[in-house]
Amino acid sequence: MSIIVKKVCQLISGIIFLYGIYIILHGHLTPGGGFAGGIFLSGAFILLVLANGSHVMNLRHEEEKASVIEGLAILIFVLLTAAGFFIGARVFFGNFLPKGHLGELISAGVIPLYNIMVGIEVGASLLTIFLALVIYKEEISP
Amino acid sequence: MELTLSILLIFMIIGAIYALFAKDLLSALISCGIVGYGLVICFMLLKAPDLAIVQIVVESISLILMVAVVHNSTRQDLKEKIVIYERGLSFINVKFLFNVMSFLILALFFLFFFRQAIACLEPFGKHTTRMATAYIENAAQNTGSVNLVTGVVFDFRGYDTLGEATILVTAVIGVLTILRLKGRK
Repeated sequence: MSIIVKKVCQLISGIIFLYGIYIILHGHLTPGGGFAGGIFLSGAFILLVLANGSHVMNLRHEEEKASVIEGLAILIFVLLTAAGFFIGARVFFGNFLPKGHLGELISAGVIPLYNIMVGIEVGASLLTIFLALVIYKEEISP
Repeated sequence: MELTLSILLIFMIIGAIYALFAKDLLSALISCGIVGYGLVICFMLLKAPDLAIVQIVVESISLILMVAVVHNSTRQDLKEKIVIYERGLSFINVKFLFNVMSFLILALFFLFFFRQAIACLEPFGKHTTRMATAYIENAAQNTGSVNLVTGVVFDFRGYDTLGEATILVTAVIGVLTILRLKGRK
């Protein structure tokens, strides 16, 4: 790619990442949520790889890190759901934190935490799949 | 309705047990089909016509596919039976008569239950949305989330979301397992 495309992608990927974080954090207030925001998070990285080519970063290293982060996120999600089993109303998926005022950023109990964990998980897993495809292409035709 | 449902369920259980002990693969398949089509009528009795439509399509396709597979692979004794029928068709064939009678009785049985199930359904254009109305009215108070979709996804239908996240993890594991040329140490 030309230098213009590379520079624009570097500038814009940070903004995309920030917008993904916004979508995830406001998941319980505005349309969006963990699944949609996670796509944005992975899209920022995918844009960088697409613009700069696969030889810029150590992609194998990135892939390992992304898969570890994905596994940790889903583990914390399951632990949070299981925590509702031991605290509060003693049901699976129980909302054990105080709900707060309707419409504020910090409200709705554990739902924002679920959103954050699902967002990280979706983003990391899509990034892992993309990087695995790129590495496979490199291995086939170096 | 409970009596009809329990009769139908007992019939389905008998069909499933017969499928386990049948010597012929084709008759085992047919008794599996009894279970599937009985489930269709159960769904209609329980006022879920959308599930009934899905079930009838899936059951028909899978039954046709499996009958075709059995017919093309392991069905050796079909031709011999046809020969027996042709030889014994002189005046009256007890086996043939028994088959036709059992088919007619089963068809009438299912037709009767199907009529009862249709009588249980709501009239056209009037459907009950008790769950949807409860979700829309009480989601904000019960979950604390202003966004109704997030409230449903992470609170009312949390198991569904957990399954979706698990599907993503499984997809990643599958991709990492398949897409590599050299084995990892």
